[in-house]
Amino acid sequence: MIMADSSNGAPGTSVTVATPGRELDEFENPGLPPHRPRLADRDPRAEKRAERQVALLFLISVLGTLLFFAGYFFVPLNETIERLRLQNLMLGLGTAFAMLGIGVGIVHWAKTLMPDHEVTESRHEIRPEKDRRDAEKIVNDILDESGIKRRPLIRNTLLGAALLAPLPAIAIFRDLGPLPGNSLKHTMWDTGVRLTRDPSGTPIRASDVTIGSAFHVIPEGLNEVENKLEEKAKAVVLLMRLDPEELNPSPGRENWGYDGIVAYSKICTHVGCPVALYEQQTHHLLCPCHQSTFDLEQECEVIFGPAARPLPQLPIEVDDEGYLVASSDFQEPVGPSFWERG
Amino acid sequence: MSSSTTTQTYVPKTRVGKVTDYVDSRVGGSGIVKEFGRKIFPDHWTFMFGEVALYTFVILLITGTFLTFFYDPSMAETHYNGSYLPLRGVEMSVAYASSLDISFDVRGGLFMRQLHHWAALLFAASVAVHMLRVFFTGAFRRPREFNWVVGCVLVILSLAAGFTGYSLPDDLLSGNGLRIIDGVMKAIPVVGTYLSFFLFGGEFPGTMIIGRLYVLHILLIPAVILLMIGIHLFMVVLHKHSQFPGPGRTNTNVVGYPVGPVYAAKAGGFFFIVFGILAAIAAAFTINPIWNYGPYDPSPVSAGTQPDWYIGWVDGALRLMPGTLGDNFDFEFMIPFPWGVNALSLNVLVPALVPAAIVFTLMFAWPWIEAWVTKDKREHHLLDRPRNAPARTGVGVAGIVFYCVLWAAASSDLIATHFLVSLNDVTYWLRALVFIGPVLAFMVTRRIALALQRKDREIALHGRETGRIVRLPHGEFIEVHEPVDDYKRYKLVSFDSPEVMVPKPDENGKISLLDKVHGRASRFFFEDRVAPVTPKELEASHNDHHGEIAGAKDRESIASH
Repeated sequence: MIMADSSNGAPGTSVTVATPGRELDEFENPGLPPHRPRLADRDPRAEKRAERQVALLFLISVLGTLLFFAGYFFVPLNETIERLRLQNLMLGLGTAFAMLGIGVGIVHWAKTLMPDHEVTESRHEIRPEKDRRDAEKIVNDILDESGIKRRPLIRNTLLGAALLAPLPAIAIFRDLGPLPGNSLKHTMWDTGVRLTRDPSGTPIRASDVTIGSAFHVIPEGLNEVENKLEEKAKAVVLLMRLDPEELNPSPGRENWGYDGIVAYSKICTHVGCPVALYEQQTHHLLCPCHQSTFDLEQECEVIFGPAARPLPQLPIEVDDEGYLVASSDFQEPVGPSFWERG
Repeated sequence: MSSSTTTQTYVPKTRVGKVTDYVDSRVGGSGIVKEFGRKIFPDHWTFMFGEVALYTFVILLITGTFLTFFYDPSMAETHYNGSYLPLRGVEMSVAYASSLDISFDVRGGLFMRQLHHWAALLFAASVAVHMLRVFFTGAFRRPREFNWVVGCVLVILSLAAGFTGYSLPDDLLSGNGLRIIDGVMKAIPVVGTYLSFFLFGGEFPGTMIIGRLYVLHILLIPAVILLMIGIHLFMVVLHKHSQFPGPGRTNTNVVGYPVGPVYAAKAGGFFFIVFGILAAIAAAFTINPIWNYGPYDPSPVSAGTQPDWYIGWVDGALRLMPGTLGDNFDFEFMIPFPWGVNALSLNVLVPALVPAAIVFTLMFAWPWIEAWVTKDKREHHLLDRPRNAPARTGVGVAGIVFYCVLWAAASSDLIATHFLVSLNDVTYWLRALVFIGPVLAFMVTRRIALALQRKDREIALHGRETGRIVRLPHGEFIEVHEPVDDYKRYKLVSFDSPEVMVPKPDENGKISLLDKVHGRASRFFFEDRVAPVTPKELEASHNDHHGEIAGAKDRESIASH
């Protein structure tokens, strides 16, 4: 290796002076600038000072480690968040000082006391071109000797086998999950299933729902089913009461509500977030994830945002005891679109 | 054994020598010391980003391993019984309960969680910034194209690592993130529903997803990242590090500090600095306070939720895409087939896939796109200053603006509530900006780069403005310019400035379409180029008595290039 000292990098000849007979279209590289000694290189006192600074930084690291242990052993957690914060702060700052002391110390050492002469090393070709020729010959010889080019029968059968062989490795993942079947097209809602409060599961009387109020609703019995979260992810509903005059039901959907009480799926038709924000004044439903906005007065049509379909409406009625019940399941799949949705 | 049977010519004298001899004569190693002990690494502050990425990855491995000892990736239901009183008795998954236990009942657990999360955020950021450094300085050019591709793969892997880890605590926020992934997956034509069912082991959310993400997060993805880092560093050694042009630096040498002791000390010390800074952040700044969110439940969601920063741009794209246009046009198409009607949700597919596809396709292909435009097949070990490649720099900044608009869109609701403006207006503006922004950014950046090049020319030709105004005997006022020295000037003049390549007709006088496209691309890249100062020009400017002020003559000579 060439250990060229930077101070040897003599500047090139003055570029402004034309060398006779030479095209002056580019500046000559003047070479490395002369090395400038640092303070610690010239002054022994500065050197000593830098040495002490490095040692001090290492000592700070030691203190940091001690701080960590102080936090770990002498700040016991006691179920208050303040104590946890204090411990976290002491452990964290202890680690920070322990690491920064070492890190800053070493870098300071390198920058002030280790040699700072820039060194030049030459680059080499990544591989000589001769090697490439040799490699080409070797690979071709290997191919020839294997006979793969001369024996197409072997080549083609191997190709076929090699294409098929990985298929089991893919197929074996089949049991990662069941096939969708009809599961996305049905929910727990059915004729006569009571609307209950989320999460308590207490049924809701029509008379509980005053104008302007909104209820987060789950089907009765949801809390008892085994696959509760999966059913809930499809069945959650928002229940709101408006002045019946403000609702504009389309033909065939006039009796899907009850006296201004309407129920809509809470699962956004965009990518499935819960449409949890109800703007009481405007009768808009807003999805907090991507801001799709649905208009209750137009059967939850999309009026803004990335959703493309209205929220599905749950047809509801009132049973003999005055509780709200579903008249049927949703008439279309809820939640985000999927290919088979149709 | 008598000395006659072995002829030992090397007799180690120092203690180091004896140890080396013992090891080397058994397993070898002196070759490695000879290769690396004094290997030269060029120094520049921008070379630090890759180091940050590497070091944060090491910190992630250390803290992550600690977390695995306490975390339980089970979605079985349990009732929380730990120290955090507000959630005591609440039904939740074991995964969430164990994440709470790490935070509240394992001493130092919260610190390790926060350190891990902050390190992950910094990891993704440093990988991204490192890629930008490589892009803007042209370090991806021959022979480093493959290493650029490895870098692109690492970007994708760091996003994957981040997302899978983000989901593990199984809190409300991460569960909603998974719900969005589920929704996006289901929008994929033909296979989407199946993919979703296979990933989640049935209907969303199921009981499998956390365990599966866990294996991806702690085993598969880190293993592939490690492999890629290995390939990456191998190629760095093979190519030797690139360096900025300057006095003493050429395309055939490497100027810098030897690994031992200076570079090793600086780089090694820097690991501790990165660790220390992250520890200080983790000590003082809360990240992802999962106890505030509660366990996952498909019904509630809090407003103003945000994904981790590196996923933000995809979420922003999802927000910006309109689902409908006017009253009658939906981006969800119902396609009739003989067997029934199928749904194609472009309102989800387009934002989820198209921006990422554009960004990553351009990223992967850029070294070859640029080489095709420049027809430059030379090896490049000297970096470009960004201003000396105005079109590339413009494209890069356009990409950053495109990314940042989408990223800002992920906070559209917070922008609206914070600045008291209409959410809808914010969205409309961002929709426009995502298209206009990159174009404007390209034009402005390119012009700035060209202007900086012209400024460099002025300084190289006439020196630095000293601010001293002198009155000449005949009454004229001039500002005294101080000529720069050879070293400083060389920095300003040593760059390539390719000229526009005009397509040449073949023997039939025809220009092929490809050549025409190439001519356009070449003009797009290099029109209005600024040529580096030549010694002749410098000499001419010195002979010119009005040399101190950029004369009209010089301006002409710039424009004529």
